[in-house]
Amino acid sequence: MRSVRALAAMAALSLLSLSTVAAAGEAKQGGILRMYHRDSPGNASIHEGATYSINVPFMPVFNNLVIYKQDEPQNSMTNIVPELAESWAWVNDGKTLTFKLRQGVKWHDGKPFTSADVKCTFDMLMGKSQQKFRQNPRKSWYNEVNDITVNGDSEVSFNLKRPQPSLLALLASGYTPVYPCHVSPGDMRTHPIGTGPFKFVEFKANESIKLTRNTDYWRKGRPYLDGIEFTIITNRSTAILAFVAGKFDMTFPTEVSIPLLKDVKSQDPSAVCVVEPNNVATNIIVNSTAAPFDNADIRKAMALALDRKAFVDILFEGQADIGGTMEPAPAGLWAMPKDMLESIPGYGPDVKANREEARKLMQKAGYGPDKHLAVKVSTRNIPVYRDPAVILIDQLKSIYIDGELDVVETANWFPKVARKDYMLGLNLTGNAVDDPDQSFYENYSCGSERNYTNYCNKDIEKLFDVQSQETDIAKRKKLVWDIDKKLQEDVARPIIFHARTGTCWKPYVKGVTVMSNSSYNGYRYEDVWMDK
Amino acid sequence: MFAYLVRRLFLMLVTLFGISVVIFFLLRIVPGNIVDILFAAAGYVDPADKASLEKELGIDQPLIVQYWHWISGFLRGDFGYSYVSEKPALQEILPRIPITARLAGLALLFSASIGIPLGVISAVKQGSRLDYALRVVSLSGLSLPSFWLGLLILTASVAMFGQMPIFNPNPQTWLEAFATYAVPAAVVGFRSSALTMRITRSSMLEVLRQDYIRTARAKGASDAAVNYHHALKNAILPVITVIGIEAAFLIGGLIVTETVFNIPGVARFLVEAIRWRDYPIVQNLVMFIAVVVVFANFTVDMLYAVFDPRIRYTD
Repeated sequence: MRSVRALAAMAALSLLSLSTVAAAGEAKQGGILRMYHRDSPGNASIHEGATYSINVPFMPVFNNLVIYKQDEPQNSMTNIVPELAESWAWVNDGKTLTFKLRQGVKWHDGKPFTSADVKCTFDMLMGKSQQKFRQNPRKSWYNEVNDITVNGDSEVSFNLKRPQPSLLALLASGYTPVYPCHVSPGDMRTHPIGTGPFKFVEFKANESIKLTRNTDYWRKGRPYLDGIEFTIITNRSTAILAFVAGKFDMTFPTEVSIPLLKDVKSQDPSAVCVVEPNNVATNIIVNSTAAPFDNADIRKAMALALDRKAFVDILFEGQADIGGTMEPAPAGLWAMPKDMLESIPGYGPDVKANREEARKLMQKAGYGPDKHLAVKVSTRNIPVYRDPAVILIDQLKSIYIDGELDVVETANWFPKVARKDYMLGLNLTGNAVDDPDQSFYENYSCGSERNYTNYCNKDIEKLFDVQSQETDIAKRKKLVWDIDKKLQEDVARPIIFHARTGTCWKPYVKGVTVMSNSSYNGYRYEDVWMDK
Repeated sequence: MFAYLVRRLFLMLVTLFGISVVIFFLLRIVPGNIVDILFAAAGYVDPADKASLEKELGIDQPLIVQYWHWISGFLRGDFGYSYVSEKPALQEILPRIPITARLAGLALLFSASIGIPLGVISAVKQGSRLDYALRVVSLSGLSLPSFWLGLLILTASVAMFGQMPIFNPNPQTWLEAFATYAVPAAVVGFRSSALTMRITRSSMLEVLRQDYIRTARAKGASDAAVNYHHALKNAILPVITVIGIEAAFLIGGLIVTETVFNIPGVARFLVEAIRWRDYPIVQNLVMFIAVVVVFANFTVDMLYAVFDPRIRYTD
C-alpha cells in the first residue's frame, strides 16, 4: 500500500513538474529586449557592410529568400528554411535555382513585396542596376550568377553559368536580405525598410538603435517581443558591468571574452552564458613578393615555428580550436580529420621537433644564432589583433627571427596591405557562411579583392571550381580537405587558431540561439521572448 | 576700455581663423580618410568605388577648395553633412552640446565649490594634521586618472548596491537628472578640484603673510573676515586663471568620462568623429569648442577687473 502511495505521489509530482515545464516553455508576448552594442555601426545597410555590428541590430528588420533555421546552432544545407520564398527547386541540371515567393507580404511602409524586389536587390549586388551601393563587399558571391529572371510577381529564378549548390547557403546568410526596389540605397543606410519581424525606429550614432514590433508581420504570432533597444557602449568594462547590474537583458552576441565570462559568472551567477566558435580565424598574411619571405624555406620555417596550443592556452584559457582554413569540427562542417591536419608541417604535436626542423631551414637560408632575421610584424591596433601578434613575435624568436610589432590604425590597415607595405601581418578572417566556396574564392582565388597576399595557384583554383560544382557532399568534403591541406602546406595564409567567444543573457530571456559556425546569421530574434 | 575690447575681439577673430586653418590641415595630414575607413571596415578596396565615393563626398577636390567650401559654409551657418550618418552636422552636434555643457558646468562647480574652501582651510591650518590630510587628498586627485576612478566607482556601485550610475537619457524628475550627471561630474571635477585647492592654498599662504592682513588682525577683525574678506579676495586671481584654463582642459577629461559612463555628449562624439575622419563633424565641433574657449578666456580677463580694482583696461 505504501509503495502504491509513493508511486502515486511520484506520478503527481511528475505531472506537476511537467506542467511547470510546459508553463515555463510557453512563449509570452511583450517586453523590450535591452542589449548593448559594442560600437556604432557606420550605417544601417547590411549589403554595404562587412561587420556583424550591422547584422546584429538590423537583421531583425529584414527577411531573406531563405534563412538558416534560427533555433539551430549549426548552419548547414539541411537546416535552410524558406522565408520570403515558400519553396525552391534546382532545375536545368543545377544551373537554375527557382523560388516561389510568399504572397501577401508587405514592406514596413505598406507597399507589397514582389519578385521585382528580389530582382532589384540581386541586380544591384551584381552591379547590373542603375542604382549602386556605395560599397558592395560581397559582389563576388554572385560571380556564377548570369542573371535573375522573374515570372510574374511570385516567381524568381537565379540563372547560373555553371552549377553551384552552395549558392543556396550564401542566400541563407544574414548578409543576404531582400531590399525594397522603391527605397534608394542612400535611404537604406539611414532608415532601412524591410519585411522583417521588427521595424526600424531610430538610429542615433554612438547612442542607440531602436526597433519596434512589426504588427503586420507575415508570420502570425511573431515576433514575441514588443521591440529591441540597443545602447551603444564602446567601453567593454562599462558594458559588462551594466549587464551585471541589470541594465541589459543580454550582452552583445559573441563579444564576451573567456576571462570576462568568468567575471560575469562570478558577479551574476544566474546569467546564462554560452561559449561557441564564431568561424573567425586568426592567421598570418605573408608578403611573399619581397625578401625575406619570397624564400619558400623561410615561409616554411615560420609555419613550423608556430605553437598553436600556446596561443589557445594564453588567449582563450584552452577554449579555442586549431584547424585549417575551414572551421574545425564539430561546429565546422568541412574541417579536415585530425590525423590529416596533424600531417601538415607545423601542426604536429611535437613543437620541439618542428622548431628544430625550422632552425635547419633558417640556417639553410643563411640565418642562425649569430645572424638573426629582423622583421616587422604589422597588425591592426585592436586587442584581438595585437595580442596574438605579440605571442607570434615571441615564438618567432625560437627560429632566429627578431620580430618588431608594427601597430597600424584601422584606417591605414587595408591601404597598407594593398600596397604590400608589410613583411608579416597578423590578420583575422571572419567567414559569413561555413561553406568552402565563400572561404576559398574570397580569400585564396587569384585576383580576389580579399586575397590580401595575392596567393595565386591556378591548379588549386581549378580544384575550387571542381568542389564548388560537386553535389555529393561526401565527395565534396574530400576535395575540400585536400585543398585546405594544400593551402596550409603552401603557407598561403597560415591559420593560427579559430576563436571561441561567449554570449550571456538573463535567465528570463528565452529562445536565444547562438550559432556555432558563423557569427553573421542568427539575429532575426523573432523567436526570442521574455519570461517576465 | 572700448578700444581694448575692439582689439581683443579682433585678436579673437584672428585666433579663430588660425584654429580653423590648423584643424583643417591637421585632419588632412592624419593618414586615411572616411573612404579608407569604410573600405577597411568592409575588408576590401575597390579603386573605382573608392574614387566614386571620394567624388561624392568632395574629398577629391584640392585642399584650398575644400577649405573654402567649409569655411564659407561655416560663416553662412551651413555646417554640411556628417559623412557617417549622412545627417546635417548641426543636427548631430546640437543635441549633444547641452549634455556636455551640463556635465562640464557641474564638474566646474564641483571643482570650485570643493577646491576653494578646502584650499583656504588648508592654508589657514597650515602644518596641521588636517592640512596634511587635505594635501594627500589633493595629490590623489591629481594622480588618479579619471577613467580609472570612473571604472572604480562603477565597479563599486555594482558590487555594493547592484546598481550602476550610467547615463539615463530620459530622467523623469529633477533629482534623477541631477543623479545622471552628479557622479561623472564628480569624477571629472575631482582632479580639477585638487588643482584648484592647491593653487588656492599657495595663493592664500602668500597673501596671509602680507602686512595688511596683520593690520586687519591687529584691528580686531574676526578670522572669517580676515580669511574670506581680505585674504581670499586678493588670493582668488590665480585661482580664476586656473579655473579658466581648466574649463578649456575639461574637454579632455570629459572624453574619457563620457566613454566610461556612456554619456552621449560632444566629447565622446568628437573622438568617434576623429576615428571615422568625419571632417564636417570634427571641424565644426572643434571650431565650436575653440569659440567657447576663446570667449572663456576673454571672460576670465574681464573678471580680473571685477575682482581686482587695481586692474583697469586702458585704451
